[in-house]
Amino acid sequence: MNTQPDFDARLKQARAQSGLEKDPKGSQGLPKGPWGIGFRAGVEVVSALVVGIGIGWALDRWLGTWPWLFLVFFVLGSAAGVMNVYRLFNPRSRPKVK
Amino acid sequence: MAAEGKAIDALSQFELSPVLGMVGQAVGFSQANLFMVIAVLLTMGLLVYGMRQRAIVPGRLQSLAETSYEFVHELVTGQVGDEGKRFFPFVFALFMFVLFGNLLGMLPYAFTFTSHIAVTFALAVIVFVLITVVAISIHGMHFFSYFFPEGAPKILAPLIIPIEVISYFSRPVSLSVRLFANMVAGHVMLKVFATFVVLMGSAGAVGIFGAVAPLAVNVALVGFEFLVAFLQAYVFAILTSIYLHDAVHLH
Repeated sequence: MNTQPDFDARLKQARAQSGLEKDPKGSQGLPKGPWGIGFRAGVEVVSALVVGIGIGWALDRWLGTWPWLFLVFFVLGSAAGVMNVYRLFNPRSRPKVK
Repeated sequence: MAAEGKAIDALSQFELSPVLGMVGQAVGFSQANLFMVIAVLLTMGLLVYGMRQRAIVPGRLQSLAETSYEFVHELVTGQVGDEGKRFFPFVFALFMFVLFGNLLGMLPYAFTFTSHIAVTFALAVIVFVLITVVAISIHGMHFFSYFFPEGAPKILAPLIIPIEVISYFSRPVSLSVRLFANMVAGHVMLKVFATFVVLMGSAGAVGIFGAVAPLAVNVALVGFEFLVAFLQAYVFAILTSIYLHDAVHLH
């Protein structure tokens, strides 16, 4: 049993040598391929726009102010979409690195 | 979809129809429901049956079960931190459900329930409600400061807050649309190229040679779809973890 730490260290070294030991940051996270990023950015923009338009349309229906709130929330939705893409590259909360 | 004459019918594969005869008809039990049940049963079977031996040196099923368990566990703790262990069962269930849904869809005659926006959006709404409840229960009213980043000029608040709120509400939409769009696009492509094979193959001797090209594309697409099936389940799980991280740590 007293050989355990030694064995662990050697195993770790061997695994690191053969590339099995993942380095703590970088291996986790979203796929970084150009297609993945591109598709994600597109989805983020469209979904923010959809939500913005949805909110504006619903408020207009409720308050009877068509089309003004729709227009306002359309612009806000596009801004939110741009911000989503910005967050994609600069997340404001990074996972804690210990 | 409909070309003249022989139609390329790529979308009928997503149509729901009742299964299990009269009973299924009566309660509206469609193939999507059937395959959800199959996915759940397979997941449970893998974990319960696979781990039955509890061998120190795992067999094939046990190592599959252990690998998937550890994979998701590492994912959740890596993203959320130690507090994330509480959410591991949730993320694991979500991951396995989506993964089995995607992979079952790759079997011939099977139905891909993740290709329905209703299903993926329901899953995303569960995630969304969970992260909101978690954030409010941990941070209380402080949660609402999430919508106004500290340091921003106060005068911009009427502009920033709606944008942040829309951005927050766009999470379930983007989460569900990503999975749904990937699965639909993949299966439509498979079906279109498979139809090309049939259409060209029926055009005589020259057509048989011509059909080799779409057949080759389809072979490559099947491999690619297996990648997408796994990748999208992974993306779904990791985005859930990222959102959970935001909910737990807020900033």
